[in-house]
Amino acid sequence: MTAETASTRLPATGVPRLARGVRLRHDEARGQWVLLAPERVLQPDPVAVEILKRVDGERSIDAIIDDLIAAFSVERGRVAADVDAFLAGLAEKGMVEVGP
Amino acid sequence: MNEVVNVLARTVAEAAALVPQPLPVPYGMLAELTHRCPLMCPYCSNPVELDRRNAELDTQTWLRVFEEAARLGVLQVHLSGGEPTARRDLEEMIRHCVKVGLYTNLITAGVGVTPERLQAISEAGIDHVQLSFQGATAEVTDHVSNFKGAHERKLAVAGEVRRLGIPLTVNSVVHRANIHQIPDFIELALKLGARRIEIAHAQYYGWALRNRGALMPTRDQVFLALDVVEAARERLKGVLTIDAVVPDYYAKYPKPCMNGWGRQSLNVTPSGKVLPCHAAETIPDLDFWNVREHSLAEIWQASPAFNAFRGTDWMPELCQSCERKEKDWGGCRCQAMAIAGDAAATDPACHKSPLHAHLLALAEADAAAGVVDYDYRRFSTPDRAQ
Repeated sequence: MTAETASTRLPATGVPRLARGVRLRHDEARGQWVLLAPERVLQPDPVAVEILKRVDGERSIDAIIDDLIAAFSVERGRVAADVDAFLAGLAEKGMVEVGP
Repeated sequence: MNEVVNVLARTVAEAAALVPQPLPVPYGMLAELTHRCPLMCPYCSNPVELDRRNAELDTQTWLRVFEEAARLGVLQVHLSGGEPTARRDLEEMIRHCVKVGLYTNLITAGVGVTPERLQAISEAGIDHVQLSFQGATAEVTDHVSNFKGAHERKLAVAGEVRRLGIPLTVNSVVHRANIHQIPDFIELALKLGARRIEIAHAQYYGWALRNRGALMPTRDQVFLALDVVEAARERLKGVLTIDAVVPDYYAKYPKPCMNGWGRQSLNVTPSGKVLPCHAAETIPDLDFWNVREHSLAEIWQASPAFNAFRGTDWMPELCQSCERKEKDWGGCRCQAMAIAGDAAATDPACHKSPLHAHLLALAEADAAAGVVDYDYRRFSTPDRAQ
């Protein structure tokens, strides 16, 4: 992921959800997770999949980070930076919307 | 000679088919629900011989096909035509696609689609709408589609799609009459709130081949257009995705048509024939199987048409020995058929093809001749179903 760890771009209390026309699903035929968007099939890496699975329109970014820490016992600073960079990237592409 | 080469290619393909090889899994399926359409675009990708309403698959068969597609590994289905909204059962099909997990894309001309209909399509769960514009202005759209008022109706549909929150793509096909409008198409897409635009140069098969004299742009126009698109892509990064389908008559390398025959996608016609690409019927003697008689998986795996040019074994020596053979996949089989008279020849768009200079000469002659009248797309005799 990116090295932009200095500052976060999204509000930690914001609630991300996939934009309409963007769907995460398990692709049985190929045994992988895919993120589907208009005329695009993206193959998220394992870290991205764990983040995306928690983007449900209910959990805040903070809650997603807490959840990942609990599930994988990883260090907070690193996870927070990864989640922020990843979701901010998708938000820029219009694939994720962050609500209050 | 051509026939001998064809027979040889088939024999090689058949021999290869005897050796078990892992088959690719298709990502996308184009479902041409109907050939009925209010527009008459002279470059339509439908075949010159259009399927009539009474030949169309019924609802239940389409629902089965969508289910089989999902099981086969298809992720995205493109509901197209003709004009797909001409099917009254469109919403039922969308609901079913969503239910079996397919990402569902509607490709529409946006003429004769009411706000109520769009609301129903939205509620059925459509993921994405692609709306065609034949020009960036009413004058050009109405002329190219031969439908007065088409442009105004499309603008209204675009507004309604965005109001419903559905992601919108503007589809534009460019040729001599509108290639100068590319910046205007891009402005239009932005104004309509589209996140994506397709700028597709007309591809010369079927109707477009018939109208090539009236459609072919000059070499200078094509190269200017490529620069305009590149600059816009850079400028609009993160705002608007620009996907281009390149013109190949003036190219050095052929397009990697369909990213390889029978490799990533399939196309079902209104009457149920399954094709490796929408123009495949321009190749005579290919044996296409029909979903009325076979499952989609059987057709994908075993039908002669899908295996005719799958992989690289069918390729002539010129392609076999080329370092780009798994990049270009030999280019386009339909173009080889149309220009070389042999579907197993190297695509004449490739600079290595002995017919490359001939292809360029055809384009230059067409661009210079300045034919203005279109042979508009239509059913061969008036269709009672229209």
